[in-house]
Amino acid sequence: MTEAISSLSSTAISETHGDGKRRGFWSLACQRFRDDGVGMASLIIVAAFFVVVLLSMSGMAASGWNKEVAIHDAPPDLWGLLKPAAPTAMKSLAQRVEEETKNAAQAQSKEALPPLTVTDPLAETLQALNASEETSTAKKEKRASLPFGGDRWGRDVLSKTIKGTQTSVIVGLSAALLATFLGTLLGALAGYYGGRTDDALNWFYSVFSAIPYLLLILAVAAVLQQRGVTTVILILGLTGWAGVFRLIRAEYIKHRGRDYVQAAHAFGVPDRRILFFHILPNVSHVVLVNISILAVGFIKAEVILSFLGFGVKVDEVSWGSMLNDAQSELILGRWWELVAAGGAMALLVTAFSLLTDAMRDALDPKIQRTS
Amino acid sequence: MTAPASSPLFSVEHLSVAFRRRRQPSFAAVRDVSFTIDENETVALVGESGSGKSVTALAMMGLLPKYNVEMASVSRIVYRERDLLRCSDDERRRLRGADMAMIFQEPMTSLNPVFTIGYQIAEVLRLHKGMSAAAAQARCIELLDEAGLPEPRRALARYPSQLSGGQQQRAMIAMALACTPRLLIADEPTTALDVTVQKQIVELLKTLKARHRMSILFISHDLALVGELADRIIVMRHGEIREAGDTQQIFSAPRDRYTQALLQCRPRLDETPSRLPTIDDFMAASQESVEKKARALSPLTPLPPRERGTLSPLLEVDHLKKSFFKREGLWRRYEIPAVKGVSFTLRRGETLGVVGESGCGKTTLGLTLLRLHHATSGAVRFDGQDVLTLSEKAFMPYRRRMQIVFQNPYASLNPRFTVGQSLLEPILLHRMASGRQAATALAFDWLYRVGLDREAFDKYPHEFSGGQRQRIALARALTVEPELLICDEPVSALDVSVQAQILNLLKDLQEQLGVSYLFISHDLAVVRYLCDTVMVMRDGEVIETGDVESLYRNPQDAYTRQLLAAVPHSGIRGQASEA
Repeated sequence: MTEAISSLSSTAISETHGDGKRRGFWSLACQRFRDDGVGMASLIIVAAFFVVVLLSMSGMAASGWNKEVAIHDAPPDLWGLLKPAAPTAMKSLAQRVEEETKNAAQAQSKEALPPLTVTDPLAETLQALNASEETSTAKKEKRASLPFGGDRWGRDVLSKTIKGTQTSVIVGLSAALLATFLGTLLGALAGYYGGRTDDALNWFYSVFSAIPYLLLILAVAAVLQQRGVTTVILILGLTGWAGVFRLIRAEYIKHRGRDYVQAAHAFGVPDRRILFFHILPNVSHVVLVNISILAVGFIKAEVILSFLGFGVKVDEVSWGSMLNDAQSELILGRWWELVAAGGAMALLVTAFSLLTDAMRDALDPKIQRTS
Repeated sequence: MTAPASSPLFSVEHLSVAFRRRRQPSFAAVRDVSFTIDENETVALVGESGSGKSVTALAMMGLLPKYNVEMASVSRIVYRERDLLRCSDDERRRLRGADMAMIFQEPMTSLNPVFTIGYQIAEVLRLHKGMSAAAAQARCIELLDEAGLPEPRRALARYPSQLSGGQQQRAMIAMALACTPRLLIADEPTTALDVTVQKQIVELLKTLKARHRMSILFISHDLALVGELADRIIVMRHGEIREAGDTQQIFSAPRDRYTQALLQCRPRLDETPSRLPTIDDFMAASQESVEKKARALSPLTPLPPRERGTLSPLLEVDHLKKSFFKREGLWRRYEIPAVKGVSFTLRRGETLGVVGESGCGKTTLGLTLLRLHHATSGAVRFDGQDVLTLSEKAFMPYRRRMQIVFQNPYASLNPRFTVGQSLLEPILLHRMASGRQAATALAFDWLYRVGLDREAFDKYPHEFSGGQRQRIALARALTVEPELLICDEPVSALDVSVQAQILNLLKDLQEQLGVSYLFISHDLAVVRYLCDTVMVMRDGEVIETGDVESLYRNPQDAYTRQLLAAVPHSGIRGQASEA
């Protein structure tokens, strides 16, 4: 009754809102979202990340992340904003090795050597190949510094970060979609039908959530026998549905007793239609917010998996593998890879979390914001 | 009762409250309201929902949210020469509970479910009086006893969910009385309760007022109820006071048209008018009212001819039983019988009223008839066919012939469906029209028949008021042209004036369509207005069945008499003879 009364009063107010336009649930939610400054800011950040991912997928950005474009461990210059540390001031191990080999080569070249063609019949072909534009990587001028620095092999950290973003976002979102789909489907069936269906699915869920998360992931990884983005998505998606299942099941239990569902029953509306056409739109906000929560969690999970070496393959890059690379180099004072990967992840995860909060507020009109 | 000549205990002067809204001009909920409450006086604020009566009470308690409320600078609420609107928060908190207390409509939600009753009352005593735990407990028992709670000592350790609605409200009253306040504000304290319990609570309030010489501000939408205990009545509408006066004067010579309308539009126990007057009939006659449109129903698509007046039985129910089973532990189940062997017959074109208090099984009965619950045993014959034994597929045609309208219009429409979607679904499902275009045309016809505009088709339920939503729910049920319509408390959640409109509409539609109603209600006056036969239920059993006239005039069972006696009727009866 109180609910009726409170909705009465809110109707009275929402009716007088009248700017003449008819407003559905979604347009009202959008308006509430637009009023939320933090939410809009985080949306812009997340959208920017998505644009980067799209560019990277289409090959318009970071396509050459695997190329060694700079000297080993090139320091960051931030497009000239940062003065790269003078190579002499703090010589890296690689630089020292390089110099020493160069010195040795110079010393050797003093002694006159016979031309290579005498001993190597292919030397001329090699020289020609080296001379041509396309294939000569060795001859190309290597840059001394990069905007975000370079890694051990002189690969651009910025490109790596962009490529890593692509991996992380794709893994996070796809796994979240998969887990939410499974959780929603099973939760809907369990909550709506109850009884034995519910018992069976609950049993399944309990068994699933009783196994330690990381062990389960290792087991699935072992069974699938291969590494890579698809595997990580499957692992995370197949293990992460339990939370959504519980939430959606509770929502369906709540809704199946509602009068509007009873009314649909009274008309003989088929179960399938009641499940996914009548009730699902009413719990869609829960589903949406959950995709978002899971995506944040899975992005972090992928980073951890790749960091530990269970994630992406060696010829792929992710924030996790970047952090792993950076870990051994930090002691040598090369901080830029860590900062780039960590910073990108922190920014995306924070923005995504704030976006989730804003979405939840906008989608659930019952939460009253008192400020 | 005459008020003492000295200054009033409480005076509200030029109170105006407006709610700020995003991007829109603020909404004036209360406009320039002034009244006084004398010591040991009961003042009633009466009005429909949205009239500003609760906002007025909350303003007096200082419970309005600060962030979006604007009050006029001339507004004053004076108590003992102090203007409460200009007190510090600390001062107000000390006054709340100690000098003024409030009880709410829904006792279940106003008590904290995770603390015992005893703890919650003791908390008030400890905070305001600084009592020790032992002293507080002793006082608690006293208070609960005074509030008429049986076995107060045991009730202390109970949680709110272990008490019935009436007992919860008594606990709330005990809590409100804890510091013997000078003013008790009761905001619709009995609306959620059964009539018999309502009568007990009203009696209790009267006794307490006399004993403690306190004042009561009683807020209600029910003029008849208010007449039982108020000394003065203030009628509000749209945030303004329409009329204020002594109870006697309000009932015998109401000056304002709105007050007259409120008095007339409620169905009565002692007479059955052919139609109920509505607020619109009294107010501006020039307004093109929805009601008038509904009255001038022209057949749009010709309705199928109906057997009328044959009085052949449509629905025969034979020893219908419905029990719920609750699992306990692994194997044990225990039975909770809800309907215990009910038998009755409903004839075509007639209305059978099912009356009883909450928990008597009347709603379960309705749902079981439609196979929304599985019957435990018994038979339901619809048009000669036992529908309980049919397969789900074979029952499908009967789903068209038997329909239901629920109590709460806010819950019975899918909030994510437009009205059009809600109406089209049953039309298409049962092939009431061929093609989408014909179906849409049919949906428009039904909207028109229940008195709504075409524009309603594309709107969402939340854009409508309660009464309008109930019209939509009614239209949806009628789209499949049912022969039996089960109305489960269809007007209980609505204001008195809206209730009159819906009842009139139900009567009109029955005349035109020849549909039979099974009308479930706890309101005996409403049942009397609409029904031909009445069945009184208690604890899942039928206590008494009979023709409306004879049953109301000469109730056979003690329980029926008790129910009839509990219906508030003060003032109105006397007024009716004059009108």
